[in-house]
Amino acid sequence: MEKFLEVKNLRVSYHSYAGEVQSVRGVSFSIDAGQSVAIVGESGCGKSVTAKTIMGLIQTPPGEIKEGSQILFEGRDILSQTPEQWQEYRGKDCAIIFQDALAALNPTMTIGNQVAEKLLIHTSMSRAEAWEEAGRLLKLVGIPNPEKRMKQYPHEFSGGQRQRIMIAIALACQPRLLIADEPTTALDVTIQADIIDLLKDIQKEFGMAVIMITHDLGIVANIAKKIIVMYAGKVVETGSSQDIFYRPRHPYTKALLRAVPRLDTEEEQSLESIEGTPPNMIDPPAGCAFSTRCAQCMRICQKSEPPMFEFEDGHTAQCWLYHPMAAQGNEE
Amino acid sequence: MEEKEKILEVSHLKKYFKTGRGTLKAVDDVSFFIRRGETLGIVGESGCGKTTCGRTCIGILGRTDGHVLYKGKDVHSLRGKERKEFTKEVQIIFQDPYSSLDPKMKVGDIIAEGLKAHHMCKSREEEQARVKELLETVGLNAEHATRYVHEFSGGQRQRIGIARALAVEPEFIVCDEPISALDVSIQAQIVNLLIRLQKEKGLTYLFIAHDLAMVKHISDRVAVMYLGNIVEITQASALYANPMHPYTQALLSAIPIPDPEVEEKKQRIRLEGELPSPVDPPEGCRFINRCRFASERCRKERPELLEMEPGHLVACHYCEEMKKGTVG
Repeated sequence: MEKFLEVKNLRVSYHSYAGEVQSVRGVSFSIDAGQSVAIVGESGCGKSVTAKTIMGLIQTPPGEIKEGSQILFEGRDILSQTPEQWQEYRGKDCAIIFQDALAALNPTMTIGNQVAEKLLIHTSMSRAEAWEEAGRLLKLVGIPNPEKRMKQYPHEFSGGQRQRIMIAIALACQPRLLIADEPTTALDVTIQADIIDLLKDIQKEFGMAVIMITHDLGIVANIAKKIIVMYAGKVVETGSSQDIFYRPRHPYTKALLRAVPRLDTEEEQSLESIEGTPPNMIDPPAGCAFSTRCAQCMRICQKSEPPMFEFEDGHTAQCWLYHPMAAQGNEE
Repeated sequence: MEEKEKILEVSHLKKYFKTGRGTLKAVDDVSFFIRRGETLGIVGESGCGKTTCGRTCIGILGRTDGHVLYKGKDVHSLRGKERKEFTKEVQIIFQDPYSSLDPKMKVGDIIAEGLKAHHMCKSREEEQARVKELLETVGLNAEHATRYVHEFSGGQRQRIGIARALAVEPEFIVCDEPISALDVSIQAQIVNLLIRLQKEKGLTYLFIAHDLAMVKHISDRVAVMYLGNIVEITQASALYANPMHPYTQALLSAIPIPDPEVEEKKQRIRLEGELPSPVDPPEGCRFINRCRFASERCRKERPELLEMEPGHLVACHYCEEMKKGTVG
């Protein structure tokens, strides 16, 4: 059976005056229909660029999608689409929610029109039908009193409500893939929890695949079935939520989990920080990109790139520690 | 810990701002104290007044009413020599390491500015040696002194901000969201640095942040703010185990825990409605329109911060009555 979405060896660079920034360096993963997946990583790890490429939002130039990169959406190579096909694909097959809803919404259009606009473009609805449908969508995402509020502008809404409006726009036309790019980063915790609950409810109801992009491992614990951990433009570990939280394999994932304090423990914890900073993506290190910060770094790590090792079903990590030759002396 | 003197005592502090739409009550009748060598965390969501509270406490902002006593002296009426001494003993670390450091100054000069202002070094050589020492204390290199801020990453800039604050050998530091602009792996570095410095130098911190897990980790006691009021103050270890105020309970239940099984079982308390505007806050209890236990009394009477258990203060009529045994 063909995969719903397959990203194969994706490489994306940005050309800047300082040189070529290699944002994404050979990312591969796949998603099943209706699956919820999280891509986790720090700023600059290439998670947002990956999402934007899937959505066809990389501006070229300065961006460049390198040759050999492939993204298959239901078996169809979307990177070779014509502009018309892209237009058809965006919004209808795949929709995105951005971090900063205020910047993503048009400040000069009422929100009713912004939701209806998408329906007018992608469906054969009349203006009145689209307006009515927009009201229904806004109600669905929890905007109280939609008839009145549809006539208001984005600045009249709170941050959490703006994010709900973004979700309503994304839901119009019922896409089969929803990408949420740091949807709650700018929000307070109580509102964050509301938005996450909403995303979960929506996924249950519509059964679409969701890619959640975030830097916060906590929020994906109960939303994602599959987690992809990225570091310096590469996937370092992939696994189920259980695999990543209870059996992390890559030193980066382990360190990331130990670097955040937990609220629900009473004993004193000491935070283990990851020393150093992420590498410069203009001149990424040879070998494993995490080798400069890794406590278990070996000589080979600095020389050649680690291969992918598979553990339990679907749990993979790219790390030399799991090479049979490395087994002696490196067991924890 | 109980024996230590109170280094900062805040009583009935109010800070109002005049705006076009009326008076914005950013901090409205807040009282607390901090003992020498301890860390008091202030948490709350955006707009709750935590930053204004921190800034008013150290005299960056004037007060509208109430008192802030630092070592027994009123912060807002210090003048001349005393005021200068106060600025040496009390420092602040800001949230945004991008906008709080002067882009046109070399790092060494940023750090040395306080040394100069307080005439702490006799010669240029001594000053440079001190800057070098400070840079190494916060985990940077001596040669970084001749560089400019834009050459550093966010975490490194925050280290520069910490070195700048430490330069004048303060006793009390207000940390105003020092980690919220940083990546997860860098946050732990900065928090560990702050904890280490506190142990080495016996510093006292007022740690302001919205990340409850991090605040709980670094603080001895935690104060929870909502719409200009402190609703609960307690030992950091007791906060998660025994939150009493309905707002604290809701806030805690909203925080994601990086553990799928715990998350699965967790019951979340949803807050209905929106945060009211601080220009026109509710009369009685500030939390009334979102509270599960709101009663007529809450509408009329503002609850006071009362001690429910030793060291655990809550401002809530419902909790009061629970304790008396009249409800629940």
